[in-house]
Amino acid sequence: MTENIIEVRDLVKHYPVTQGVVFKKTVGQVKAVDGVSFGLRAGETLGVVGESGCGKSTLARVLMNLEKPTAGSVVYKGQDISKLSGGALRRLRRQIQLVMQDPYTSLNPRMTVGDLIGEPFEIHPEVAPKGSRRNKVKELLDLVGLNPEHINRYPHQFSGGQRQRIGIARALALRPEIIVCDEPVSALDVSIQAQVMNLLEQLQAEFGLSYVFIAHDLSVVRHLSDRVAVMYLGKIVEIGTEDEIYERPTHPYTQALLSAVPVPDPTQRHHKTIIRLTGDVPSPISPPSGCRFRTRCWKAQDVCAEKVPLLEVRQGSDHPSACHFAEKREIVATHEV
Amino acid sequence: MSDILVSEQSAPGPGGSGRPSGRLLEVDDLRVEFRTRDGVAKVINGVTYHVDAGETLAVLGESGSGKSVTAQTIMGILDTPPGFVTGGQVRFHGKDMLRMSSEERRRIRGEGIAMIFQDALSALNPVFTVGFQIAEQFRVRRGLGRAEAKKRAIEMLDQVKIPNAKSRFNNYPHQFSGGMRQRAMIAMSLALDPEVLIADEPTTALDVTVQAQIMDLLAELQRERHMGMILITHDLGVVADVADRIAVMYAGRIVEEADVYDLYAKPAHPYTIGLIDSIPRMDEKGQQLRTIKGLPPNLMNIPPGCPFNPRCPMAQPVCREKVPPLLQVGNARASACHFAEELVNRD
Repeated sequence: MTENIIEVRDLVKHYPVTQGVVFKKTVGQVKAVDGVSFGLRAGETLGVVGESGCGKSTLARVLMNLEKPTAGSVVYKGQDISKLSGGALRRLRRQIQLVMQDPYTSLNPRMTVGDLIGEPFEIHPEVAPKGSRRNKVKELLDLVGLNPEHINRYPHQFSGGQRQRIGIARALALRPEIIVCDEPVSALDVSIQAQVMNLLEQLQAEFGLSYVFIAHDLSVVRHLSDRVAVMYLGKIVEIGTEDEIYERPTHPYTQALLSAVPVPDPTQRHHKTIIRLTGDVPSPISPPSGCRFRTRCWKAQDVCAEKVPLLEVRQGSDHPSACHFAEKREIVATHEV
Repeated sequence: MSDILVSEQSAPGPGGSGRPSGRLLEVDDLRVEFRTRDGVAKVINGVTYHVDAGETLAVLGESGSGKSVTAQTIMGILDTPPGFVTGGQVRFHGKDMLRMSSEERRRIRGEGIAMIFQDALSALNPVFTVGFQIAEQFRVRRGLGRAEAKKRAIEMLDQVKIPNAKSRFNNYPHQFSGGMRQRAMIAMSLALDPEVLIADEPTTALDVTVQAQIMDLLAELQRERHMGMILITHDLGVVADVADRIAVMYAGRIVEEADVYDLYAKPAHPYTIGLIDSIPRMDEKGQQLRTIKGLPPNLMNIPPGCPFNPRCPMAQPVCREKVPPLLQVGNARASACHFAEELVNRD
């Protein structure tokens, strides 16, 4: 197996909850990410799934060094990225780029596409000398399937899918090694979503990119990912290869999540395993003691309230799962096509 | 559920017949346009569908296909201007609602047809308690007193499985989670026991586990009350789970209508084929995503002929000239494609 290019260790990101105007008193912590460890291998796609509020976007922001972690580290090729500054940080930023969810608000409406995609070159002139920039931008537009002649257009003249392509072109401009995609296709219509997913796959093959692919849509994640991490309330509850997670899930939350995904095949209506969770995700300000999922879990025992289950490989399983009673259960009847 | 079609008297056919047929709710050759400063957008161009008691019709389409505008027209909540109905009928129990007085329409709203929306937070009034907003209907429409209305509202909250309904009665919408708000909105829409419920993307803003809860609840309430339901959605997964019949919309037209099993097994319109091929499936490994090339048309400038022809892999010269009508193909299904017969008869 190839080496990890990013190594995340015990990453914690808490946001203070304050009260008062002048003397802001901290009255609590939103535990957005609370002890997450994983590695990203060169050339692979790591999918991160979870419901809203589970900390997946915060994870993206910390990976991008847009937020300083409260504790733990993100190590890129031996360097802890949160400790970098100045030139070293700038050089690092070239290597890790972000594609955001909302193609409507993530592009400056007053800049032309040429300026938007060319802007990274202003900060990193070593990538493209001034004279060659317009040509570079045109190449990028062509690469993501847009008409290079549209270089002088403004974002509002493009559709949602095309705008997402602009966002991807901009992320590619500096030839990064890693692209963090935060819900890149969830704002798009199905027919357009497939176009963008295919583009992401094609670019990965062409440039050997590594993706951290964050999404709530489990079907999309399965389609694109080599490995998948399932998050719940700031923790990874299960991590493994695509097959391990989708065909042999061992954590009750993963099983419930998979069983809730509607399958676009009416003949499966009465043949599906259905696990219905009750209630909502608890507040990340005061997560339940022990296992965070225990309040919604049908397997919960006394030990779940007392001991935090570690993310480790347990007996009868081939991949790490954070459940005291991890047990394989087939939810999705997978077939090859 | 699956034998709804068998019991039907007539299959969906071309619109514009104009005669009452004893159906619960019928949309007949509806046309709506939006007159804006930049021009006229033809948003609905002859939509015909119907829903009967106890059945679920799913209206499937991407953004801009006109699925929500059709629903707004049925409910009489279309913004005018810019929206204008330029033709067609919406018949409820055989009576054309578009020609009723606003007083008559108001009586149908809530009691005859009710609607729930995607975004419950903006659909609920933030300055009144959830309980008050439900009880209000019993007081205004049923003339009940304060205490009796409150009792009935709490019963409704109970029915949609909001825990501690009694104490939740006095909560404001912001104190509810997303899923609970959707439940509260369902309680509100069902308060007057409507015969038809229109659900416009009811679970799009929710997480999958909550989405599953809400869809289960809707299906259960529909069964209990024998309601007709129009489920508007873009999600082919949700549709496969709950719908009896599906109408697929594209550029303000219905391009295909069929029983849910037929539609997935053998779509009879190239757009439907494209949609089904372009969704990633969790239960398939090594699947290649096929895409529909290009973009949906600009509704101010819909291409001549079949509106799907610029994106269609099967397009022939005739598709650029003649608009294909929604015609019956095979047994109890309809498609608006010149080559529908060939698509249905393929292996």
